[in-house]
Amino acid sequence: MMEILEVGYKANGRSLITDVSLRIEAGRFVAIVGPNGAGKSTFLKLLTGELTPACGSIRLEGRDLKRYRQPELARRRAVLAQQNHVSLPFSVREIVMMGRYPFHKNAPEERDFAIVEACLREVEMLGLADRVFPTLSGGEQQRAQLAKALAQIWEITGAFLFLDEPTNGLDLRHQCHSLEIARQLAGKGTGVVAVLHDLNMALQYADEVVMMQHGKVYAKGRPEETLTEENIRRVFDVQVRLVKLPESGERIVLEVGNRKSAIGNQESAISDRKSAIGK
Amino acid sequence: MVEEKIAERESITGQVIQRKPRSRKHLTGLGLLTFILALTAVSSAGVGAVPVSPAELWGIVTSKLFGAAQFAYREEQEVVFWFIRLPRICLGILVGAGLSVAGALLQGLFRNPLADPTLIGISSGAMLAAVLTIVFSIGLGFLGGYMASYSLAVAAFSGACLTTLLVYRLARANGEFKISTMLLVGIAINAFVMAVTGLITSLANDQQLRDLTFWNLGSLGGATWTNVLTLLPFVAATLVYTPGLSKSLNLLALGENQAGYLGVDLRVLRRRCIVLATLAVGVSVAMAGNIGFVALIVPHMVRKVFGPDHRVVIPASALGGAIILTVADTLSRTLTAPAELPIGVITALMGAPVFIYILLKETGRRV
Repeated sequence: MMEILEVGYKANGRSLITDVSLRIEAGRFVAIVGPNGAGKSTFLKLLTGELTPACGSIRLEGRDLKRYRQPELARRRAVLAQQNHVSLPFSVREIVMMGRYPFHKNAPEERDFAIVEACLREVEMLGLADRVFPTLSGGEQQRAQLAKALAQIWEITGAFLFLDEPTNGLDLRHQCHSLEIARQLAGKGTGVVAVLHDLNMALQYADEVVMMQHGKVYAKGRPEETLTEENIRRVFDVQVRLVKLPESGERIVLEVGNRKSAIGNQESAISDRKSAIGK
Repeated sequence: MVEEKIAERESITGQVIQRKPRSRKHLTGLGLLTFILALTAVSSAGVGAVPVSPAELWGIVTSKLFGAAQFAYREEQEVVFWFIRLPRICLGILVGAGLSVAGALLQGLFRNPLADPTLIGISSGAMLAAVLTIVFSIGLGFLGGYMASYSLAVAAFSGACLTTLLVYRLARANGEFKISTMLLVGIAINAFVMAVTGLITSLANDQQLRDLTFWNLGSLGGATWTNVLTLLPFVAATLVYTPGLSKSLNLLALGENQAGYLGVDLRVLRRRCIVLATLAVGVSVAMAGNIGFVALIVPHMVRKVFGPDHRVVIPASALGGAIILTVADTLSRTLTAPAELPIGVITALMGAPVFIYILLKETGRRV
């Protein structure tokens, strides 16, 4: 379990995250949504331990994240980043094996090989396993990186998986497939935290949605409570309709136009400005 | 569920075992390199003004070890072998291994295939200090006998350490260390050192100039057992410690963030790599002068043959560097015998075309 208590973060004198408190249970799929510059990626970096909060604390299993040594963290959480440039011509299989590095000393063991194969199959990359990573397409690279992240937390119960826009560059089928993998992991007890841009994906896959704006949590809770027409309009500045599918009862977000043309834009524009000054 | 999957995987052993031959291939490769190195060393020991055949060589070695020679040899051959050829070969092996491993370390650390000890100022620092020592004949006489005769070596080594330290400090001046900054600072320091070296060189007299040129292009001509024994612990330390860094260096290829997520403490890794590289290169340059291209090229060639995994790249670079330097030294003292060519000329002449070939092939494949 992760507890985030009144966390703030500043860079170059600008406050990027202010007073965020949150609880993330293992076994839940948490989606972080919000417009560009809302601080989603920064927040994710704080959660992974890459950045240290300026104030407040982040606890993993009751222990402050700062107190963990890097190798310890590497055995408790995996991160799928947005940018994945690999500077040497490693094969896909070798890249995925790197997810197992925190678990073996010098040479991989039988078990590590088995896990690597399982993860490659999980992301449907077995056929490309011997290809050189930098020669793959962007989407294939992303899937290989996902396999590496899976390999890292494969056997760990109560581990965390952090995904920064995991569907970036993937075709529709693999977008769904990746999120399906993440949801299955959550079902098995892994905590999944994903920054998502597609609100429909968040509605469909997440157990919880955290909506961020201006470095703060605007709303959090179950997807259908958080992703309301009103909240989306206020945070994303877009007029949407939520449509219920008649056969399954699932909701879809449909964009119906920019809020600029909608009624009441004046007052919320003013409140936006106020909160900007408030920072 | 997870257990099931793994069990299922393990049952398909064909696929799982598939990786084993790879590491066996690596071991075979390393064995082959060791064999080639032995072969080069033996032939290098035999070539020269006083030729020594392998049989005579065997005689010399066995008589020393067991007191009885199986093959006849001349006394002159024995002296040449023990006091001239063997120390020279050993020095070549150590310098070659040290430079190449340092190159592999730095290329891994900077995630840049063009990184070499020259880039972060190790070589140029050593050079500046050596130039100062030669031209102003700064001696270390006050340190007493044995140290005094090594003024040049000591100066070069200190110069290497100082510039590296300076570059490193400047690169983290803002509190946060950036590798790109370190490379840029390294380039700036290099330019500065080159300018000062040029300035001082213009003040040198003829004899000093000849010394400088020779030192600048490197030579194993000054090899003695003392040299070899001075260098040995430094190179040995590098060779013993670097394999422990190879996993981290592999992870670094994924980027600094990803390496961090996978448990690499970048600060520690960076410091270790730089210290080890400076030790190996600083002392090598102090003993044999500035031998270019080896540190840059050998890791490239090794990666072409063995792939990018540092667990094999590092030992293979050590062996490859040793082989290349032994060959280059043999050429440098036989091609224009009785005169000697600076070894740096040979390595650059051999290295530049190979390097260009590798680069062309690489870009050809990528584009």
